[in-house]
Amino acid sequence: MAGPSLIRIEDVARTYVMGDVEVHALQGVTLTVEEGEFVAVMGASGSGKSTLMNLLGCLDRPTRGRYLLEGQDVSRLPNDALAAIRNRTLGFVFQNFNLLARTSALENVELPLLYAGISTAERHARAKEALARVGLSDRADHLPNQLSGGQQQRVAIARALVNRPRVLLADEPTGNLDSRTSVEVMALLQELGRGGITVVLVTHEHDIAEYAARVLVMRDGRVRSDERRTPRPAVPPPPGPHEAVEGRVGP
Amino acid sequence: MNLLQTIRVALRALRRSKMRSFLTTLGVVIGVSAVIAMVAIGDGANARVQKTFEAMGSNMLIILPGASTSGGAFGGFGSLPTITWDDVRAIQTEVPAVRGAAPILRSVASVISEDLNWTTAVNGTTPDYFVIRNWSAVRGQLFTASDVDAGTKVLVLGKTVADRLFGPGADPVGQQVRVKNVPFQVVGVLEAKGQSAGGQDLDDAVFLPSSTYQAKIQGGLKNVVSGVVFIGAASQADTVRAESQIRALLRDRHRLQPGADDDFSIRNLAEAASAQQEGARTLTTLLAAIAAVSLLVGGIGIMNIMLVSVTERTREIGVRMAVGARARDILLQFLAEALTLSIAGGVIGVVLGLVVAWRLAVSFGWPVLFRADIVVVAVAFSGLVGVGFGLYPAFRASRLDPIQALRFE
Ligand SMILES: Nc1ncnc2c1ncn2[C@@H]1O[C@H](COP(=O)(O)OP(=O)(O)OP(=O)(O)O)[C@@H](O)[C@H]1O
Ligand SMILES: [Mg+2]
Repeated sequence: MAGPSLIRIEDVARTYVMGDVEVHALQGVTLTVEEGEFVAVMGASGSGKSTLMNLLGCLDRPTRGRYLLEGQDVSRLPNDALAAIRNRTLGFVFQNFNLLARTSALENVELPLLYAGISTAERHARAKEALARVGLSDRADHLPNQLSGGQQQRVAIARALVNRPRVLLADEPTGNLDSRTSVEVMALLQELGRGGITVVLVTHEHDIAEYAARVLVMRDGRVRSDERRTPRPAVPPPPGPHEAVEGRVGP
Repeated sequence: MNLLQTIRVALRALRRSKMRSFLTTLGVVIGVSAVIAMVAIGDGANARVQKTFEAMGSNMLIILPGASTSGGAFGGFGSLPTITWDDVRAIQTEVPAVRGAAPILRSVASVISEDLNWTTAVNGTTPDYFVIRNWSAVRGQLFTASDVDAGTKVLVLGKTVADRLFGPGADPVGQQVRVKNVPFQVVGVLEAKGQSAGGQDLDDAVFLPSSTYQAKIQGGLKNVVSGVVFIGAASQADTVRAESQIRALLRDRHRLQPGADDDFSIRNLAEAASAQQEGARTLTTLLAAIAAVSLLVGGIGIMNIMLVSVTERTREIGVRMAVGARARDILLQFLAEALTLSIAGGVIGVVLGLVVAWRLAVSFGWPVLFRADIVVVAVAFSGLVGVGFGLYPAFRASRLDPIQALRFE
């Protein structure tokens, strides 16, 4: 592709000021991510991974440097424009799922479409489609507390996907999941990546990072290493007693 | 997000905590229903005052003999009679603002029918009296000017007296009754007037020609009015003018020096009526003000709950922002929640207030007054309360930083 890179950050720094203390969470990161890449970000706790993800996700602004998303400098855009970018171009998945409580899976998935101004009928249809993509068609009416952790994260992924973003950003998406469920979620993300969506995820675990084609390691707010390799395909294990437990949560 | 969707999101959020929504609304419900009920009470009292004064006769003055006292309208009754029949005639002919003048000579006596008797107020007067007081006969007729000229022995019964002496529903016209051993023929029964402002039964009285009264009941001085004189002014606006013209006329006729006290006094009932109505209006305002305070308290309740709700739902706000909600969307959502609570409270409050007002009116025997303007004002005000007290919490919600909101525990 001859056009601009999908994501390009240039010498980006982010400094938190707490009273007289300055925390340099990011100190000059330059990074390019092309369309369709599957990137894992690793690094010790406090190395600035979440700070980087928040900047990439347009939830935060850099203290210094430029962020070009689809070739457009978004680091100085007004709040409403950033909200629109979060709504259309980016999908965010959190470690703790962040589903709205007492709100059905379907309604949670519909949320981005609501702010995109899409009609009710189309919202339902597209949310159902997104739930089907993550394999949860039969859980549409379930509330978050009626779903297992893995299912909740799949609902969150469906929500991130529903408005057809170009980039999926996931900050420790498997951090709250057991290893079996983690593999399921990674298989899903790999599948989405094969479908053309760009994935950037943060993880602490090497076996999770192995599913990515590119691994960034951060330390003290800088990128230490950036290597590409052949990813291991995530193969979900056959249903075991775990699935039986999930099977009980049914209508 | 359009308005309809915003409202739907707000409704969904409110449904998620039904009990809290209900209790929050309750404050506004009580406030609005209090306003409606209180205004209805005030208006009812006002209407009642108006009705009693209308029953007494409007545009009315009463002239009492003797210097003015602090007693009631009939306080002049033991006073030395100072007003002559010529004075009454002069008032009738010389004061343009006066429509009619009628004496009331009054004593308490037993009225005896064939087999019953009843002690009541026996009044001697002229036909003008009935005109001034707006009083007509429901049975038979009133006595006439020629009855006064001839001194005929006829009388008209008040409704209460007619019921007591002949039984309710009977027709006493043409029957004989005796007062102080003098036989009178009943020519008519007056329509019921109910109670006076002082709680007196206006229908517990009989009326006969003043000449007959002087000849047969009273005796004594014939050239002075040993009672009071009722004056009907041409209109309500004329009562004040009539009062000063009568005062000037009587002072002149009684040859009072400037600076000397009047030897009569004039009561202006129209003024008393408007004073009483003024009082009732003040009462309405006061009650409405108290009720408005409770509406304000309801509004503060909404603000309180909305602030708690914003804090509790900080993470929800963060999620909404992360998936694309703008500050405006969040602001409108919380504002819509506050407005929904207050408007719902307003509507329920109006219904409740009208029911309470209706029950009160029925139990106090007031006319039932539904004032559309108050209903509109109450609902509009509760909406205003919702916006006013919802704005700050909603604004706080919309200003949240998405990352901090998402991190909020
Ligand atoms: N809102 C904030 N205010 C002040 N300092 C912050 C804030 N957020 C992060 N930091 C600091 O910035 C640094 C980087 O934090 P960040 O959350 O990016 O680390 P991380 O790599 O995601 O760590 P973890 O793996 O534990 O999630 C840390 O030293 C942290 O204390
Ligand atoms: Mg982190």
